[in-house]
Amino acid sequence: MTTKHDEIVVTDGLTKRYGVRLAVDGVSLAVRRGEVFGFLGPNGAGKTTTLRMLLGLVRPTDGTASVLGEPPGSPAALRRVGSLVEGPGFYPYLSGRENLRVLASYTGLGEAAVAQALERVELTARAGDRYRTYSLGMKQRLGVAAALLGRPELLILDEPTNGLDPAGMADMRQLLRALASDGQTVLLSSHLLGEVEQICDRVGVIAGGRLRASGTVAELRGGASLVLRVSPLPAALPIAERLFGGAAVSTVDDCLSLAVEPSRASQVVQAMVEARVAVHEVRPVHRSLEEIFFALSGEGQEGVA
Amino acid sequence: MNAVGDLGRATRAELRRLVRWPAMWVLCGVWLLLNLTFAYVFPYLTYRDGTTVGPRAGTGTLESMLPDHAPVAVVQGMPMFGGALVLILGALAIGGPYGWGTWKTVFTTGPRRGVALTGTLLALGAVLVGLTIATLALDLTAASVVAGVENQAIVLPGAGDVLRGTGAALLIAAMWTVGGALLGALARGPALAVGLGLVWTLVVENLLRGVANLLTALATITDCLPGTVAGSLAAAAGALPPSDPNGSPGVNTIHDGATALLGVIVFLVAFGAATVGLVSRRDLAA
Repeated sequence: MTTKHDEIVVTDGLTKRYGVRLAVDGVSLAVRRGEVFGFLGPNGAGKTTTLRMLLGLVRPTDGTASVLGEPPGSPAALRRVGSLVEGPGFYPYLSGRENLRVLASYTGLGEAAVAQALERVELTARAGDRYRTYSLGMKQRLGVAAALLGRPELLILDEPTNGLDPAGMADMRQLLRALASDGQTVLLSSHLLGEVEQICDRVGVIAGGRLRASGTVAELRGGASLVLRVSPLPAALPIAERLFGGAAVSTVDDCLSLAVEPSRASQVVQAMVEARVAVHEVRPVHRSLEEIFFALSGEGQEGVA
Repeated sequence: MNAVGDLGRATRAELRRLVRWPAMWVLCGVWLLLNLTFAYVFPYLTYRDGTTVGPRAGTGTLESMLPDHAPVAVVQGMPMFGGALVLILGALAIGGPYGWGTWKTVFTTGPRRGVALTGTLLALGAVLVGLTIATLALDLTAASVVAGVENQAIVLPGAGDVLRGTGAALLIAAMWTVGGALLGALARGPALAVGLGLVWTLVVENLLRGVANLLTALATITDCLPGTVAGSLAAAAGALPPSDPNGSPGVNTIHDGATALLGVIVFLVAFGAATVGLVSRRDLAA
């Protein structure tokens, strides 16, 4: 059971307006301790603005938020939060290690914390090189290293796999899961559905500045369905309707589609065989997060992969 | 963690990135080179070239190049050229991180924005202290060489003169640096801030002063400009206005020393407060 005490990021009606443009519109969400929460939405949906408000970089026009029980952007909250928002930002003339040393100086962290963060993102070998010589992926990894300085309780990461090659993306996802296993809470935004599906315990879908839905991936998917390839199809339809009701039965691509739990497959197959209807194939079908996303957001497919 | 501790850590962190910043060393190097060139090299060549004829001839020029005059050499170029250079330093130090995205990183690290910004200004102050000391050391060295070559006695300046000259130079430099920092914060980037700052220090103030000679109402305003009070403070520390053969651009005698000192301090504090207030209150949306 989740208690209020477990919710370490809470927003209520969080709103940001730039002139006449409503960037974030009344977002209310809760992130629980120890989970990986995915903030999913297309480019321009309001993900980054919401994260900026949680870090105190941008002041909300309306609504409230608390981070680890503190006001967003307060030193008490920020000291327990690591973040990477809208790409890494470092001094180009300093090395990766020296950049981290500068940041560590702000909070009184020592050399060990810097070395540990570099080790965690596997950047130790190139840590002495100037930041301006880094590839996009290395810059992103240094950004994550900066977020990890001092082992924060909460990580707020905006598109953490941006710029990484496939192997780097896999490593990053593994790292995020490992951090969650160690008890760190991760709030990440992404427009990559597969990424969110792979690593997040719960998901919030944002589009047009509004939070459309939130819950576990399974909750968002709802129930699965069964698809049967049968012949003759007209003979199978009344049998299925008698078993599950007309609302649960439809035909898709000359197949019988049943909105029932896959565990009921044996029941329907037995009924079909008894009625001398040939059953060629039975398969369970889960709604993909992609389908759910487009259904919730009403967005086109551009901007979301 | 208390505010003083946070400020100490922020100052150390900012000093750490400033001392490794090539642009800072370039600007300081250019100032030292200009100071040496205009306070010693050109005057000495002029002195050697025309000791008997010309308006810049005579022992006055040589006296201005001897060691006891070194504190004046430190401050004489600061109201205009030195000021322009340190203004660039301030504009780049505050405006640059907007372009690099490092303010976002710093402001999400822990300290309050006001503390982080004040740390930056204090770190810049430390750089200016170093620069002022380096300028004095360079000027004393150059003056000693001139004295040696010209068979003059090496008489070191008194402590009071050193304090007056370097103190005035430091205050003027700090005022222009923080003015540049304010421009960097206003422009949220280095390029526009540097451009506007240079136009102001090198062109606008001089044009206004020229027009003020014709419009007396404008004179009241120009008398209160940062360049005017900086020039008067330099004059109070011994620098001569351009009307004198040994004078320097930007130096003036419009205000007495106390008024000029107060004016420079007022601008310094106002620029600093405006910078910290502006960055603290404004959204960091990019």
